[in-house]
Amino acid sequence: MALTLEQVRHVAALARLALTPDEERACQQQLSVILDAMEVLSRVDTEGVEPTTSATFAEGALRPDVVQPSLGAEKAVANAPAKAGTSFAVPKILD
Amino acid sequence: MSVADFQAVIGLEVHAQLLTATKIFCGCATAFGAEPNAYTCPVCLGMPGALPVLNEKVVEFAVRTGLALGCEIRETSVWARKNYFYPDLPKGYQISQYDLPICEHGRITIDTPEGEKTIRVRRIHMEEDAGKNVHDAAAGLTRVDLNRAGVPLLEIVSEPDLRTAEEAAEYLKQLRDILVYLGVNDGNLEEGSFRCDANVSVMRRGTSDFGTRTELKNLNSFRFIRQAIDYEIARQVEVIESGGAVVQETRLYDPDRGETRPMRSKEEAHDYRYFPDPDLPPLRLSRAFIEQVRSTLPELPRAKQARFVAELALPAYDARVLTADRALAEYFEACVSVYAGDRKKLANWFMGEVARLMNERGVSVSDVREKIPPAHFAALLGEIDKGAISNNAAKEVFSEMFRTGREPLGIISEKGLAQISDLGAIEQAVDEILAKNADSVASYRAGNQKLLGFFVGQVMKAMKGKGNPQRVNEVLRKKLGGQG
Repeated sequence: MALTLEQVRHVAALARLALTPDEERACQQQLSVILDAMEVLSRVDTEGVEPTTSATFAEGALRPDVVQPSLGAEKAVANAPAKAGTSFAVPKILD
Repeated sequence: MSVADFQAVIGLEVHAQLLTATKIFCGCATAFGAEPNAYTCPVCLGMPGALPVLNEKVVEFAVRTGLALGCEIRETSVWARKNYFYPDLPKGYQISQYDLPICEHGRITIDTPEGEKTIRVRRIHMEEDAGKNVHDAAAGLTRVDLNRAGVPLLEIVSEPDLRTAEEAAEYLKQLRDILVYLGVNDGNLEEGSFRCDANVSVMRRGTSDFGTRTELKNLNSFRFIRQAIDYEIARQVEVIESGGAVVQETRLYDPDRGETRPMRSKEEAHDYRYFPDPDLPPLRLSRAFIEQVRSTLPELPRAKQARFVAELALPAYDARVLTADRALAEYFEACVSVYAGDRKKLANWFMGEVARLMNERGVSVSDVREKIPPAHFAALLGEIDKGAISNNAAKEVFSEMFRTGREPLGIISEKGLAQISDLGAIEQAVDEILAKNADSVASYRAGNQKLLGFFVGQVMKAMKGKGNPQRVNEVLRKKLGGQG
């Protein structure tokens, strides 16, 4: 199944990736190959098989609602590229 | 054509913050008011390699809510990643539930001018909250505080069964009361722990195809919800009437201007590319667990309201006021069980004096109950019923009971607030006054009825203000009239 260049640009925009025209064509080709592999898988008859939503067969572990120590504000932002007080600072965003 | 030729169709999405001590996938506290990022850890900061572990209280609260709303509880529900980029979302995705939510197919009953109406609840799912962005225009930057990131939310989605802004507000009130009763949410719209978005569309009456809907945000009070929906209905009708088409978009309500305005559209923001979260296995619930949660459900507000009308013979209005808050309803019931007198009178005291104490002093029901336990409350009303104290004096005693936590009888005698209702004592005082004022008695009997007030005043003065005014009146009328 061949992806269109439009679809590649859409997915790239959602992922905030700026692709050059060459990269767009490369992604178009590589993503199409992946989809082709899915096409093969989707031919398997899964009638009556419960959909797999997790790769593990583990039961989900639950945690009691008891407060544990947090990192604390200083440590939380210690590695931030930019901070303002104990907040992370990012370029101005406006809704 | 006008608004009256159109039918509005409204569905609501509520985000309710759960009253847990910790976040949904880590042990960080959910407390408010700390310095930015004080309650964060590798999990809620979205650091590589950190793994989420589900808070069991969140599951219990979700099931409790689902059962209270008559939902089917899904024994296997699945976590999904909702992908989008925004600075308050450190992982680049929100952990939520998508096609297999924990609860589905519930209902909420509301009151409308035409009677009861059932609104279907489509689904309830669990998810994590995002952080908070603070825009600092002066510094030209945005500050990101992730204390809220990972706080557990329930999203409760109705079917588009609501037809007016009033119905929407009524649905929200019922839902909020239920959540607060269940102890899963604090019901605070202003502070954002109970948030509502509204999907609104209009269609011509007599047709059955829903129109294009818009989504309204920023509805943080019941008044704003009604105003925003009414504004939006009128706006959409006008667009259609003038030959235009409603655009599907998200609009923000501006309470200062009383209008909705389109949010600047985030490009393709609605393509969230949901997929199952590989970090979290599906949540499996046992029947036994679900039944155990069911057994802890409290009586819900509407059931309690109906029972107050049926068993206590209270007016529907009183029953609704008294049951809107669970602590208030329980305090009232505790008083009913120890007070043998008129329930309506007790209800009046709750809606009058208890409400006044809470409003004037900013105290809670439990503060009042702690100072005035049901036995003391009942004892005070018993004194009024016996005629041992006037209603006004009782209000004074009530304030003093709240101030000191003491029982009423001591306060009544200490403050000299008891009134004399003993007929013998009143008759004696009346006889003395009538004997001293023979001229006025003659004048009264000759037709000057206005003198009754004079006699009442004289008798009360002689009794140092302690006479039961109603009985003094009765005795005076009898003696003045009876001999005439």
